[in-house]
Amino acid sequence: MLGLLWLIPAIPFASALALAVLRFSRKQVAWIAVGATAASTLVSVLVTIAFLSAPPVAHSYTQVLWTWIDVGGLRPEIALYLDPLSLIMTLVVAFVSFLIHLYSTEFMIDDDGYSRFFAYMNLFVASMLTLLLANNLLLLYLGWEGVGLCSYLLIGFWYRDPANGAAGRKAFVVTRIGDTAMVIGLFLLFRDLGTLQIQELMQRASQSWHTGSPAAVAAALLLLGGAVGKSAQLPLQTWLPDAMAGPTPVSALIHAATMVTAGVYLIARMHVLYSLAPAAQFTVALVGAATLLIAGFSALTQWDLKRVLAYSTMSQIGYMFLALGVGAWPAAIFHFMTHAFFKALLFLTAGIVIEALHDEHNIFHMGGLRSRLPVAFWTFLIAGCSLAGLPLITAGAFSKDWIIWGAWSGPGGSPGLWIVALLGVLLTSLYTFRMIFLVFFGEARSEVTKRPGKAMLIPCFVLAFLSIVGGYVKTPFARFLETVLPWTEGTHAVPITELFSEVAAALVFLTGVYFAYIFFLRRRAFTAALASSVAGSALHQFWFSDWGMDWLYDRVFVKPLVWFARIDKGDFMDGFYTGVARMNELAWRILSRTETGRLRWYAAGIAAGSVVFIAVVLFL
Amino acid sequence: MRRNLIFILMSIEIMLNGTGVAFVAAGSRWGQPDGQIMFLFILATAAAEVSVGLALVLRFYRLRHNLDADAASEMRG
Amino acid sequence: MEAAFYIAAIVAIVSTALTITRLNAVHALLYLIVSLLAVAVVFYAMGAPLVAALEVIIYAGAIMVLFVFVVMMLNLGKRAAITEGQWMQENIWVGPVLLSAVLIAEVVYLILRARLTGSAGGVVDPKQVGLALYGPYLIGVELSSMLLLGALVGACHLGRPVLEKAEDRYDRNSDGARAPSGGNLIRAGAGRPPDAP
Repeated sequence: MLGLLWLIPAIPFASALALAVLRFSRKQVAWIAVGATAASTLVSVLVTIAFLSAPPVAHSYTQVLWTWIDVGGLRPEIALYLDPLSLIMTLVVAFVSFLIHLYSTEFMIDDDGYSRFFAYMNLFVASMLTLLLANNLLLLYLGWEGVGLCSYLLIGFWYRDPANGAAGRKAFVVTRIGDTAMVIGLFLLFRDLGTLQIQELMQRASQSWHTGSPAAVAAALLLLGGAVGKSAQLPLQTWLPDAMAGPTPVSALIHAATMVTAGVYLIARMHVLYSLAPAAQFTVALVGAATLLIAGFSALTQWDLKRVLAYSTMSQIGYMFLALGVGAWPAAIFHFMTHAFFKALLFLTAGIVIEALHDEHNIFHMGGLRSRLPVAFWTFLIAGCSLAGLPLITAGAFSKDWIIWGAWSGPGGSPGLWIVALLGVLLTSLYTFRMIFLVFFGEARSEVTKRPGKAMLIPCFVLAFLSIVGGYVKTPFARFLETVLPWTEGTHAVPITELFSEVAAALVFLTGVYFAYIFFLRRRAFTAALASSVAGSALHQFWFSDWGMDWLYDRVFVKPLVWFARIDKGDFMDGFYTGVARMNELAWRILSRTETGRLRWYAAGIAAGSVVFIAVVLFL
Repeated sequence: MRRNLIFILMSIEIMLNGTGVAFVAAGSRWGQPDGQIMFLFILATAAAEVSVGLALVLRFYRLRHNLDADAASEMRG
Repeated sequence: MEAAFYIAAIVAIVSTALTITRLNAVHALLYLIVSLLAVAVVFYAMGAPLVAALEVIIYAGAIMVLFVFVVMMLNLGKRAAITEGQWMQENIWVGPVLLSAVLIAEVVYLILRARLTGSAGGVVDPKQVGLALYGPYLIGVELSSMLLLGALVGACHLGRPVLEKAEDRYDRNSDGARAPSGGNLIRAGAGRPPDAP
């Protein structure tokens, strides 16, 4: 049964190819696309069952398909590697993709590019699965680039509006910067260790490099650069809010549940490398902590529903990075799983709301939808609570509490990080319930024009269910992952128990809800006044513009580059060659003046020439 | 630098004569007949050239009724 | 002998200078004849009697006479002299004078450097010249005879009267005749602006 592994990425890939090349009717397209993801999910389930019932040796299974390149010492194969980590992630990705594809069949029904959309989506799923199941870093990079490409294609899906194309380009360029760092990291690893196959790499690294060796730190930091780009963390996070220009299912799939977690997967996969480079690991934690705060503050000020969710994604992935950075590897993966559920649900429901209000994105123009879109309300509420961390009944709480606990007690943890994580909880509940109160409570400001159909509602139900129930599998989850991602608790000066941390988190959550209630439901006028005061509006503007990072990058990188490109418009090298041509022309013009046709002129020329000639002969 | 064609031809004759003087002088310096022989050839050449040249001048004059060398610049450019 | 040489040389130079500065073509020709005669005297003084004779007979006698005949035929009258006067401006002499100065300088330099020991004296007999002509330089004789033949044919052909071509007669009776060029195909392009392609 495990031999079916290769079908998991292959089926969506084949379907993408078919949809790209052949013509089908809308119904056929829907069946093919959703069927492909369903088949992928089914195979994942079968593989999971096989893996659980009869665990292979060393809890890992490699399926080699063929050798890709064989040159020098480089011999990467097209090989799939299955271990608990990749298994869990594959399962989650396949299943969530299936649900979102189902949702999209109705969401995109009016669009002209229906089959193009599904071709891209399937290609994306295939690339993501390749990334997750890759045996070596080169194949992983292939999947990495594939998801980047599909992200660009899907963000700019409505290409007729140039702003969408610009957003897609921005995403591509920013992640490209990260990708370049990653490639350099790959070069470094290959040069020092001679292989790119992940398991061998880990072995050789732990043998040849001692903890804290500069080569390990360099490679780890470079890979972190790649992860930061793909997962939209500081400093390469500027593309994610603009990526919301794409259709909502795209935001749900790519920018909430899957692609942005590729960075998390990479670091988790290479955790041995990071254990060898504590400096790099601490950087990971710092990046995560900083991003989760910055994104949290920015999310408080956004008026576009999808942008709030984008910043929220940034913040949650910051949590995952924080977990990775303190050594709580399984906590990061667990949060990935629950985040996939509730964030996808949030985006899908947001899509329902936006469609129902006829493409209205501004939450200040919404209101009172509690009674008019009840299904949307309840699912959004469940997802929002999961996001903010309502204790005991939502999955998000379990995973987030694990991370917060890990921030204190993990091998790299510290009280400072614990406080930051708690602050993040406050911000999360604040902006989440701001969203909920503004959109679903209060007076209605827009009319409901469209109601969601079955294809859009079923995935929401399923995801809502999972958002509640998903947390209960925490213990078997941790045990399952232990073979791959060990989890140890460090000792700290002030011992606090896990329960204390959980209670603290719950209290902070409630505080956030209360404040959101006050600010955005009861005393809205007060909030508005606060926001328009001098200090308030400055702060508001600062947080709104993503802490000024877009402006900063524009000034530091974009403008000089554009200036340089513009002054080189005449292209110095080109100028050299055209200069030669122009000099020839000049010479031609001068020389053609000597062809006067006048006899005396020619005679004079002969005379002068002979004089010169004689002089030369005599004197030289 | 005269413009009249006749004068131009005359100047050519002067030039040829001058080279002849040089040759003869060189020949007599070493007491060889070679200089004079060269002069003979130059003389023959001058004669040929003058006859053809003057015939051309006559044609030229008949066509244009003036002897301006500068005006005959149709082969310019 | 020396005196004759120098006097004749000065006469030659002066008369040549006068030749090229005259306005009247006939005057210039006469001065040229004088110059040629002076050069003949120079030849004789250098001990080359054959060439001296030939210079007088052929150069001054035949070629210059040819020139005179053509000038007479062209009937360059007063108007031509006036035109020449217009064309003869001061500034046209700058270039030639410069170049000639350079040449003279070179010649003087050569003469001074070569440390000539004076002429070897000795008259070169016509007999010697004849022997050399029909000896080593035979081919030159043949070639120059062919050259003269070519010149003869060319001059003959070019000197024939121009027959009126049929197209000219046609053009004379058609629109072309009333064109500014008067139907003359060669004149037709004479009035073009200077920088037409």
